[in-house]
Amino acid sequence: MASRRVRFTFEPELVTEPVIYRVGHLYDVVTNIRMADVDERVGWVILELSGEPAEIDRAIAWAEQQGVRVDPLAGDVVEG
Amino acid sequence: MSFDRALRCRECGREYPLAPIFSCEFCFGPLEVAYDYEAMRGRITRESIAAGPATLWRYADLLPCDAAYRVDIGTGFTPLQRADRLAEAVGLRTLWLKNDTVNPTWSFKDRVVSVAIARARQFGFEAIACASTGNLANSVCAHAARSGMEVYVFIPDDLEHGKVVGSAVYHPTLVMVDGTYDDVNRLCTELSQSYPWAFVNINVRPYYAEGSRTLGFEVAEQLGWRAPGACVVPMASGSLFTKIRKGFSEFAELGLIEEPATRMFGAQASGCSPITTAHQAGTLNFVPQKPDTIARSLAIGNPADGYYALKTMQETGGGAEMATDEEIVEGIKLLAETEGIFSETAGGVTVACLRKLVESGAISPEEETVAFITGAGLKTVEAVSGDVADPLRVPARTEVFSEALAERRRAAAEPAGAGAR
Ligand SMILES: Cc1ncc(COP(=O)(O)O)c(C=O)c1O
Ligand SMILES: [Zn+2]
Repeated sequence: MASRRVRFTFEPELVTEPVIYRVGHLYDVVTNIRMADVDERVGWVILELSGEPAEIDRAIAWAEQQGVRVDPLAGDVVEG
Repeated sequence: MSFDRALRCRECGREYPLAPIFSCEFCFGPLEVAYDYEAMRGRITRESIAAGPATLWRYADLLPCDAAYRVDIGTGFTPLQRADRLAEAVGLRTLWLKNDTVNPTWSFKDRVVSVAIARARQFGFEAIACASTGNLANSVCAHAARSGMEVYVFIPDDLEHGKVVGSAVYHPTLVMVDGTYDDVNRLCTELSQSYPWAFVNINVRPYYAEGSRTLGFEVAEQLGWRAPGACVVPMASGSLFTKIRKGFSEFAELGLIEEPATRMFGAQASGCSPITTAHQAGTLNFVPQKPDTIARSLAIGNPADGYYALKTMQETGGGAEMATDEEIVEGIKLLAETEGIFSETAGGVTVACLRKLVESGAISPEEETVAFITGAGLKTVEAVSGDVADPLRVPARTEVFSEALAERRRAAAEPAGAGAR
């Protein structure tokens, strides 16, 4: 078991889709939401995904395919 | 002595002991250092600060590390220079430049790294690491060299030669990652969880970030113990922007200056402007971007402190602006030609945005403004090298020189851009 903390960012057309619900059903990962905010322009959710590392990778790849941007929790770490 | 007390979650307020951690276990919010201001008051005075060294260590009592662990290569207490010629060019009455290009590795990153490496040594780390496109890497390598610590620096494989050498000369373990910017991001986030290293901007980020407050401290002290009317600050992660404001607020909290009314303005490149774009849309929720700009030092598409920078703008009645690559080059040249400071692209962003902020009326001509110039121009010569003064080429003969000079003067006197520069 591993866990990964990520930020999902949703464009407006995805804000109403139950992406997180579906990722937890399609893949053997547990999703645990810690913080979120949504407005008419954009939404973001900070969550933890727990499961086998390869399964987490597949779950993230699927979410990205749906149009969600997935970033590490700490923001970009490559600085100027 | 340091008055750091705990780490506190910026979202839910939960507190944690001072450790190499960066996010709240409960809500995953970012952690920030909390201080015992009560104990500081009275012990930190204008006099005690003024009696300190002419480096950022004059604020040692305000930093979240034991100064006994410091690695001092002369960072900080850089000049605050009155800029009348640039003020006139942009339409301001009073403008100051905080010239942070003169730090030991020629950028403000020496401030954050000074604190990060001291804290890392205090924690007992034997190795320090970072991922960077230039300034941060240069600073981490230099400080590590001075301290004798092991150092691991991760860079994208498409960097300019000069930036690579600026780190390599200190002989770190330099890792060039074959992959995209996002790949380097992911790799370093993973490595930070599996190697026992102090990653300056990951696991010791709460301490690291505090180093930027010294820019606020210095400006207030150099203005004669007061805060300015407005600040224009380049933004990448947005951390520097929020910490300058924090520096002013803390000085007021300690009774060293009056409550500041400083309006905070952020500057980004159009090719990477998640924070400015969100500000202009009137929201605190930014949309991450794929960076595409010559201002690589500001190219953070997913800014860790973007939300807090936007809140700072809101709270201070400030704002944000962005500059195109062309405007950035113009900004670098304007700063050089009017004030004699050669800055890297980030300074071009700052000057270009300053000009636009005055033009749009966001900053009024009467407002005393400080612009932060955070990195030196020799780091990014590529940005301007095709677009600067064209030399007069002459053989070593007086009469040929005189003729060439007369020719150049005639050309310069011709109207509407016909003259050579
Ligand atoms: C020269 C320069 N100025 C400003 C910044 C902005 O820093 P921050 O990430 O704190 O917004 C950077 C960051 O890399 C930089 O290199
Ligand atoms: Zn929290």
